[in-house]
Amino acid sequence: MLAANFLLLAAVLFCIGVFGVIARRNAVMVLMSIELVLNSVNLNLVAFALMNDDVDGQVFALFVIAIAAAEVGVGLAMVLLIYRNRRSISLDELSELKG
Amino acid sequence: MNAVLLAADGVNVAQNIGFGIIAAGMIFAALCVVSTKNVVHAALWLVVVLGGVAAQYVLAAAEFVAVSQVMVYIGAVMVLFLFGIMLTRAKIGEESGLNNKGWAIGIPVAVVLFGLLAWAVLDTYGDDTIAEPQLTGANNESTVDIADRVLSPYLAPFFGMTFVLLAAAIGAIVLARKD
Amino acid sequence: MLAAEEVQHALDLSSGWFLENLWLVALIPAVAFALIMMFGKKMPNGGSEFGLASMAASLVIATGAGIQWMARVNSGDAEEGGEHAIGLLQTFGRSLPRASEGGEVEPFIEPVVTSWVWWQNSGLEFGIGSFADGLSVLLLWLVAFISLLVQIFSIDYVRDDRRYTQFFGALTLFSAGMLVMVMAENMVQLILGWEIMGLCSFMLIGHWWEDAANSKAALKAFFTVRVGDIGLLVGTAVIYFASSDWIAENSPGANGFDIAAIQAWALSGDSSASGAAILVGATALFIACIGKSGQFPLHTWLPDAMAGPTPVSSLLHSSTMVVAGVFLVARIYPVFWEAFNIANGGLSFIAIIGAITIVIAALLAFVQDDIKKVLAYSTVSQLGYMMLGLGTGAWLPAVFHVFTHAFFKCCLFLCAGSISHSGSHHSFDMKKDMGGLRKKMPVTFAAWCVSTLALTGVFPFAGFWSKDEIIDNVGNNGYTVLMWVGLFGAALTAMYMTRSTYLTFFGEPRGAAAGHHFEDHVGDHDLTVEEHEPELAMAGGPMVDVHDEPTPRSLSAAANVDTVDHGHDDGGHDDHHGEDHGPHESGKLILVPVVILAFLATFSGFTNATPLGESWEYVKKYVEPRPVAVAIESIPHSGPGEGVSYFVPGIAEADEGDEGGDHGHSEGCGLTTPPEGSACFFPAVTHATPTLAKIALSLVVVAIGYAIAISFCLAFYKRRDKRLVGLTERSRVARAGHKFLVNKYYLDALYENVIVRAVAHPIANAAYWVNQKVLDATVDAVGEGGKRTGQWVYENIDQKVVDGAVNGSGTVASETGHGLQRTQSGKINQYGGLLFGAAAVAAIVLVIVNVG
Repeated sequence: MLAANFLLLAAVLFCIGVFGVIARRNAVMVLMSIELVLNSVNLNLVAFALMNDDVDGQVFALFVIAIAAAEVGVGLAMVLLIYRNRRSISLDELSELKG
Repeated sequence: MNAVLLAADGVNVAQNIGFGIIAAGMIFAALCVVSTKNVVHAALWLVVVLGGVAAQYVLAAAEFVAVSQVMVYIGAVMVLFLFGIMLTRAKIGEESGLNNKGWAIGIPVAVVLFGLLAWAVLDTYGDDTIAEPQLTGANNESTVDIADRVLSPYLAPFFGMTFVLLAAAIGAIVLARKD
Repeated sequence: MLAAEEVQHALDLSSGWFLENLWLVALIPAVAFALIMMFGKKMPNGGSEFGLASMAASLVIATGAGIQWMARVNSGDAEEGGEHAIGLLQTFGRSLPRASEGGEVEPFIEPVVTSWVWWQNSGLEFGIGSFADGLSVLLLWLVAFISLLVQIFSIDYVRDDRRYTQFFGALTLFSAGMLVMVMAENMVQLILGWEIMGLCSFMLIGHWWEDAANSKAALKAFFTVRVGDIGLLVGTAVIYFASSDWIAENSPGANGFDIAAIQAWALSGDSSASGAAILVGATALFIACIGKSGQFPLHTWLPDAMAGPTPVSSLLHSSTMVVAGVFLVARIYPVFWEAFNIANGGLSFIAIIGAITIVIAALLAFVQDDIKKVLAYSTVSQLGYMMLGLGTGAWLPAVFHVFTHAFFKCCLFLCAGSISHSGSHHSFDMKKDMGGLRKKMPVTFAAWCVSTLALTGVFPFAGFWSKDEIIDNVGNNGYTVLMWVGLFGAALTAMYMTRSTYLTFFGEPRGAAAGHHFEDHVGDHDLTVEEHEPELAMAGGPMVDVHDEPTPRSLSAAANVDTVDHGHDDGGHDDHHGEDHGPHESGKLILVPVVILAFLATFSGFTNATPLGESWEYVKKYVEPRPVAVAIESIPHSGPGEGVSYFVPGIAEADEGDEGGDHGHSEGCGLTTPPEGSACFFPAVTHATPTLAKIALSLVVVAIGYAIAISFCLAFYKRRDKRLVGLTERSRVARAGHKFLVNKYYLDALYENVIVRAVAHPIANAAYWVNQKVLDATVDAVGEGGKRTGQWVYENIDQKVVDGAVNGSGTVASETGHGLQRTQSGKINQYGGLLFGAAAVAAIVLVIVNVG
């Protein structure tokens, strides 16, 4: 199997995720897109572990999975809070930082 | 894209075909995630992508990571997402205006990024083949290895991770509770 | 999986089902704990039946194991003693037996070790299982027995308590933890049991946590013991790393956590077992023992732990849990033997701490008015004796003292519980609420007296045989000063016990004992209930089992809240003795354990009555490991759940001399290096030969103590002798001494005010100071400097030179800013797009530059 297979697949997922982050308006959808990005990174890590015949990559993938779980938890809690305060989770209405 | 690479390879056809099929499904599902107009459908398509990732892990002889992926993502994260969708009262059904006004700018960005990544990957690993992944079912060495790594050289990050998870759990409770 | 195979030992030592399935002793209470917590509330007796049944089952198994262990020792002796000894040696690869005084041979009796792999990491296997030898079997039986009696006592004592089920659950879990620790075959398992006990101790001391004093006492106990527990972890780790090499070389199946391997290593004479490492390890482990066994200077938690219910005090804080530290020292005694050079009469850390503890705790017992606190300090003092014995090479007397002390101290506590339950209306204050109870509570009084005599070491009660053995051996091993300290402590013991006996059972009835307290109490009873009603609904809500008939239970719960107000009150107001106000004898469930224990307090000493001759020394014969060098040949680890033997005793080099019972020996285990390829598991401790003179001396000392105390009590409490009454007001020395004792040597003040403050406050102050002085000053200075510079620039350059130019460029910047303002949309998606887009563009630029 070519080494590039996994990496290219990961690149595709990554770019789709990036597109999602840019294009989506719903905060939950943005979080889902971030999950796509994180998974593509994990795929890369596992692929590198396979290529180097070393499980370190898998260990890092596990760490990323754990961090991702924490990130989703906190992220959704924030979304919930925003929803409770503003009755909307549309990101383009959140523009207090407008200069 | 993948078909071309598959043809060029031919070391293990079955495995490559499996990879190709799963990869195609994943890409389709990922595109659906970012394009569907229904939030719940997006979450369900995401399940497909994540399951596909788990399958790819199995192909890459990372059974333990695959199992963790299934348990953490499909088991826990997806439930969180579905609850998040429900609690924010998203319409169960089609919804207009899920995208930004300027969503189109994402397309060029994504395409440029992909071109760049693909070029980098092919330039570096274009011709490399990887050793046959040993899909050992019974004698699962890699899991033992992972345990040894996590509990010896990566013990400190592992502990750090536990604190991050604890902090995240507490933080999520503090953020989301009504008081 | 569970049935262990009959293990074929090198020597045909008899074994048996009980010895090989000893782990059941700990497993049964653990399962019972789960059952109590899950189904206890639904059971007719609130779950106590599970606890009692499990303790009874454990006791049966432990008894069986004890009988089989004795049979094993006998079989070993018979085998070796026979005329075919040498033939057997070669056949079974046994050690050469040593010749004892009588010309008999005493072979090493191999412990029955059963082990499973608990978890493994990088080829390191942690076992869990049982280690059956004389010491562990003795203590297993003891713990199971005392636990059973205390649980029987508790049925009546905490009846109607609102956390009745939880109480029995914690009590049973405690027993499981203690049993796990006692049978530990490796240090990890020992730590597991040790920590379970610590947790249960915390839960039980704080059983009535609604009262702030109780929860504070629980926290204090937990934290103080925790300070010591760090020593346990550190010590275990140090010993593990120090011993690993030797063990890996000599017994590949074992590792530095296995207790048998640690014992063999410590006595191996290897360089790793004589350097600083073993000293550090042993000191750290002993610090853990100081914490757990209430030795000076960490003894302060034990008296406060008396805030818990009396059964808890009698089980955990007098007879079993607090001897865990003593047990740890006894279990891996070779480590301490080598580290502190006990063989050569080194003045060991253990002995000094033990001796200090004996005296200071005994002195503190004089100024306590709370009967349980007197007993608590007495416990601390007796633990000091045990440590003193261990620290001076008197292993057997110390272990024997653990055995006898458990009976009489547990009995004393149960008597105190009986008094407060039925005599003094839930008060423990000897001066306010007791006195003259001997006629009202004859059985309790008799049991108390017997136990007091046993505690003070009066012939022929149990304490005489064990405590005098310790003192005798301490002197015999060359520690004359410490022997006198021990004798002084014995006199003090007699005095403070006389004082508390007098205050409790003699003289005029006072307070509740005279029936006064009770009437007052009835008066404010309803009031308190009402006061506490809302609080109850909140605090006791989930605890009170609300089903169809809520009234009796919640009423008694309300009564409990009221008891809590009395500080040292014990729970479970018995409404059944509502009619006969005033003191009376307790019920059968309370008296039966008390009487059984009093019986044992009288006669248990005869199990090792050294002065009566060698044929009486059963504990020595069956419990003390034989200090024999045995040849070792490692065998591979057996399968899970089977008996394992890290060292198969083989034939040792035949150069053993007479390291038998006489003192003044210079060879033997722990004194000389064992022959090549062999190992010792226990040092050749000496045993004193009892003489009439020594016995007479100690009895005279105790008698003097009694005489002084009785005459003092009569003078002070009965006749109110003018010279004594008010002495603390008149004499400065007496006042200072009294104050010093009442304040417990200011140790609590030292810990709380000095150490905690010294650690906590300076750090906070230093941080504040740095914050205020350094950081703020820097920031201020920088700000000030910036301001000055700015002012100067403004006045000189800005205004005059640049202004004109700036005005022009300002316009430009403003225009640009307005143009760029549109990118600052505040929209995350746009920022994301910009970020990724910029990253992609930058990467392309990099690629082009690098490739080109």
